[in-house]
Amino acid sequence: MVTITNDDRPRIRSNRPKRMKDSRGYRVFQVVNGAVLLGVVFVTLYPFLNIIAQSFSGESFIRAGEVNLIPQGFNITTYQLVMGDGMFWRNYGNTVLYTVVATAIAMVLTTTYAYVISKRNIRGRGLLIGIAVFTMFFNGGLIPNYVLISSLGLTNSIWAIVLPNAISVFNLLVMKAFFENLPAELEEAAQIDGLSTYGILLRIVLPLSKAVIATMVLFYAVTFWNSWFQAFLYLNQQELFPVTIYLRNLIAGASTASSLGSGSGDLAQVASNIKAVTMVLTVLPILCVYPFIQRYFVSGVMLGSVKG
Amino acid sequence: MSLHEPTTAPDGARASGPEAATSAMLAAEARPPRGRRGRAATGRGKLPWRKAIRRDWQLYTLVLLPLAFFLIFRYLPMAGNVIAFRRFQPGGSIFGEEWVGLRYVEMFLNDPTFWNVFGNTLTIGLVSLLIAFPAPIILALLLNEVRTRYFKRFVQTVSYLPHFLSIVIIAGMLLQLLSLEGTVNQVVRAFGGDAVPFMQRPEWFLTVYVSSEVWQTVGWGTILYLAALTQIDQSLYEAARIDGANRWKQTLHVTLPGIRPTMITLLILNIGTFMAVGFEKILLIYNPLTYPTADVIATYLYRVGLESNNFSYAAAIGMFEALIGLTLILSANAISRRVVGTSLW
Repeated sequence: MVTITNDDRPRIRSNRPKRMKDSRGYRVFQVVNGAVLLGVVFVTLYPFLNIIAQSFSGESFIRAGEVNLIPQGFNITTYQLVMGDGMFWRNYGNTVLYTVVATAIAMVLTTTYAYVISKRNIRGRGLLIGIAVFTMFFNGGLIPNYVLISSLGLTNSIWAIVLPNAISVFNLLVMKAFFENLPAELEEAAQIDGLSTYGILLRIVLPLSKAVIATMVLFYAVTFWNSWFQAFLYLNQQELFPVTIYLRNLIAGASTASSLGSGSGDLAQVASNIKAVTMVLTVLPILCVYPFIQRYFVSGVMLGSVKG
Repeated sequence: MSLHEPTTAPDGARASGPEAATSAMLAAEARPPRGRRGRAATGRGKLPWRKAIRRDWQLYTLVLLPLAFFLIFRYLPMAGNVIAFRRFQPGGSIFGEEWVGLRYVEMFLNDPTFWNVFGNTLTIGLVSLLIAFPAPIILALLLNEVRTRYFKRFVQTVSYLPHFLSIVIIAGMLLQLLSLEGTVNQVVRAFGGDAVPFMQRPEWFLTVYVSSEVWQTVGWGTILYLAALTQIDQSLYEAARIDGANRWKQTLHVTLPGIRPTMITLLILNIGTFMAVGFEKILLIYNPLTYPTADVIATYLYRVGLESNNFSYAAAIGMFEALIGLTLILSANAISRRVVGTSLW
């Protein structure tokens, strides 16, 4: 029953001549474990591979239920069809625009607030922190938010997308923690040299914070790139939609992409194809940068929990 | 992280992910300890506001814009909740026109649909909690046993991927996979069964929702556990081995106690947010055929409020949901502090 296993410390039992082998049970476990994890990888990746296969397949094969991992009836006409749709590119451009503007606004607001609350000796610091942290636990809720945005007249404008979620308190606290760990002497020296607070922030603090700024930009950009609900609530003109809403309308069947049907009347017949291609094209930028940005996200998430 | 409405959550992320845990920890840390504050007050003495402003006015100007953001987009809507007790006219004041007392509260308490969606919310939340909460722990433990570093890194990288996708993409994939000619039904047919229109069947909704929830969150959820696993003192394993503990017993008596604080933190957060089930996902994948099991409080109040324009009624439901969420997180925190000595604050 009791098995003594040993991997990295061969000298614990010195009466044994060599590095002790794992018990047979543990070796079996290792193999099973590897298989299970490969299964996890497969299940995680399968939906992507399936969508990619569908995007290159003929619609008749999809409808016959024959497409899983390998494209059937290989063609790229669906790509040509979707990429030929002006509205798709228009909406794609909107996503880029919203992401850039929203991230810029978010970065300005988050950085300035985080910088101020990172100052330990400023009067009212506790209050400022409290104002931000409180919103993590309490939120106005859907209806009051909707009423507010409408009465501010932001409906059908870019501001309804880029303003209401401009500060993520999580990001704010990560930045604050980073600023707090910068050496205070540098700022003091700069102050003695006659730099104003703004000068210190712009010329001393920000250049030292490139790492955290890059991480925050990524955090915000991915969130805004993926967001759809704000646009769904507050935009009702097709030219303003981000690509997520374009896609949402495709999958919800309430297709507004009339140009794709191009009068053929069999939009339903090409739908699976088109959905797959639209999904692939929407997710492509994320997939391309993902391998490079993933570790920033992981380190960002763990920044705050190191002490815990 | 918001207890109230996932849709307007500033983080836009799933409510109970690692970010939530981290931000809770950061928040707990951000609060100055009481004792120190007292000492500072007596020791160096607080600067009077006038002097503070004269000294730090540049810093205070930096805070104006973000502060305006918080007041307008966070605190105004909070105050806007009073329309739950007032008559509201679209186009009128965001705080409503006149007091109507508890009329809207009584209205939803007597609304059978409300109790149906309330039950659905509890069921979906509870089953998600039971399955989606332990899943990352198990995956982290399995990953922890992997000896080949590259393989471990590979599995991690792949399993984080769903976290970075838009919920619209996830919904789209789900609908494709579960359609009559999708992969799942291909498998069903291969085993001689009849294709099932999963997305049209109320009895399948819970399964679909929870399994996709696991797919989305299991990998990303391992991050904090894997970090906690590396913090465990290696000499504890050595001692356990000398005491004759096999791998399984080491896991049981060293590994699991080692990650217990992380588990409890995440459990508290999960309990606190389980009323706020994945509203955006449900909104994207449910349909009138699956309302009997798929409709939750958040989707119901969305339809009541924004499709039928009963703003006050929907706001009342929203407040009720927020109250339950708040009660849940406070009691989970209190219980955990008393029983296991770990708490968020």
